[in-house]
Amino acid sequence: MEKVIAGKTIAVNEEGYLTDFKQWDKSIADELAAEAEISLSPRHWEVLNYLQTEFKNEVPLSIRKIGKSGVVDIKEFYQLFPKAPLKTATKIAGIPKPASCI
Amino acid sequence: MKHLVILGAGTAGTMMANHLSHELKKADWKISIIDEKEEHHYQPGYLFLPFDIYTPDDIIKSIEEFIPKHASLVKGKIDKVEPKENKVKMADGSELNYDILIVATGAKIAPEETEGMKGSEWHKSVFDFYTFEGSLALRNKLRNWEGGKLVVHITEMPIKCPVAPLEFAFLADSFFKHKHMRDKVEITYVTPLSGAFTKPKATEALEHLLEEKHIKIESDFAIEHVDNEKKEIVDYGGRVIPFDILVTVPTNKGDEVMERSGMGDDLNYVPTNKATLQSKEYANVFVLGDASNIPASKAGSVAHFEAEILTENILRYIKGEPLKEEFDGHANCFIETGNGKALLIDFNYTHEPVEGSFPFPGIGPLKLLKESRMNHLGKLAFRWIYWNVLLKGTHIPFVSATMSEAGKKYN
Repeated sequence: MEKVIAGKTIAVNEEGYLTDFKQWDKSIADELAAEAEISLSPRHWEVLNYLQTEFKNEVPLSIRKIGKSGVVDIKEFYQLFPKAPLKTATKIAGIPKPASCI
Repeated sequence: MKHLVILGAGTAGTMMANHLSHELKKADWKISIIDEKEEHHYQPGYLFLPFDIYTPDDIIKSIEEFIPKHASLVKGKIDKVEPKENKVKMADGSELNYDILIVATGAKIAPEETEGMKGSEWHKSVFDFYTFEGSLALRNKLRNWEGGKLVVHITEMPIKCPVAPLEFAFLADSFFKHKHMRDKVEITYVTPLSGAFTKPKATEALEHLLEEKHIKIESDFAIEHVDNEKKEIVDYGGRVIPFDILVTVPTNKGDEVMERSGMGDDLNYVPTNKATLQSKEYANVFVLGDASNIPASKAGSVAHFEAEILTENILRYIKGEPLKEEFDGHANCFIETGNGKALLIDFNYTHEPVEGSFPFPGIGPLKLLKESRMNHLGKLAFRWIYWNVLLKGTHIPFVSATMSEAGKKYN
């Protein structure tokens, strides 16, 4: 599937997650954040950068790991990205939705 | 003489002891299996105990009964493994040196990971059903309960038998119907996932069943704490769900022995190659069952399929041959849906559960992802199969260790 985000045609899956991280840039993050009614602050960016680094290092992401990362605690993670923070934050970061364990 | 040591005499460890005692030459290999417990529990039975469907006698036998003659059962607590020294240290100070180690130490609940969970209401109005004690306490509570809010809850993934909490909710619906008090009970299913299950097609089928049975679903709920006074669970986003009875599946973790041995990840699961079942760090260490970190279900059926493949790989390892990268994450689970019916799901790493027939393509007699009486009989028959076939390491006819795609409706 394709979707026009911030004026660019971007490849996404059915749930709207980018399928090619190379297509991601900050303007895309801003627009995806706006869709989730979030305006990105420097604190949001610290978390997004952390998620992207973990993704590049192929570290599986979970709420538990993020809570223990030292970057953000779970409470604040929820304040920054309300409701389903890991799903929302990974979408904005342009990385795949973490596979929840089966 | 060489020494193969198995840690844990649960489902996975017992199956490996039985497989290997047939395969390894007695003159060359000694097999030891270590466990501190006396009893072997049929863990799927914990689901039925609260509803008086099974009695404790149906679930409990002695560990010894299932250990083959040629393996020696070491009863005792393990202090730690020293994988670099190829040594297991016991709590009593004794040591076992090994040539090959099989880790089958399983997973267990860790309610202490969630604030307030193991608080003043633990086993009074807050229950688990993943331990014998929890399941029995819940049975005693349900026998006299007059109704109210029943909340069935998963703390975080991964958990053993990810379908068990759903089955609990379905069986509860059926249980209260039979007691003519379903109208007095409100059942809510609370999950950290976005839906009833992790796989889309099965989620669709299961959510339909929840709706049909008037079970409310609360998804994306990441619990922060249990409030014992107000009898509520509260999530990080501030959502509050009140309960009269909370049936929770606490965080699951691997055994502390793996933590003490420096062999586990942040949840004490051992990093394992998902296709060969060899430890990622130590070539002579193999891991199966709930103890590993592979992305397969933590379930007895998975351990059973793993055991068949791991046996072959251990023989290859002994001969110095390359290991077979054969394990595909195959899982096969009955899902009790209440009223004498059940679903069956069959899936692996890459194929989600879909509709179809099992084990004979196009024939069945079991139906995949559809409720049927036959599936329920299959589930009940499984207890007999577990004690008499599975633990002994006997191959179950027509059910292969790797998943078959025949007879299934993939798009």
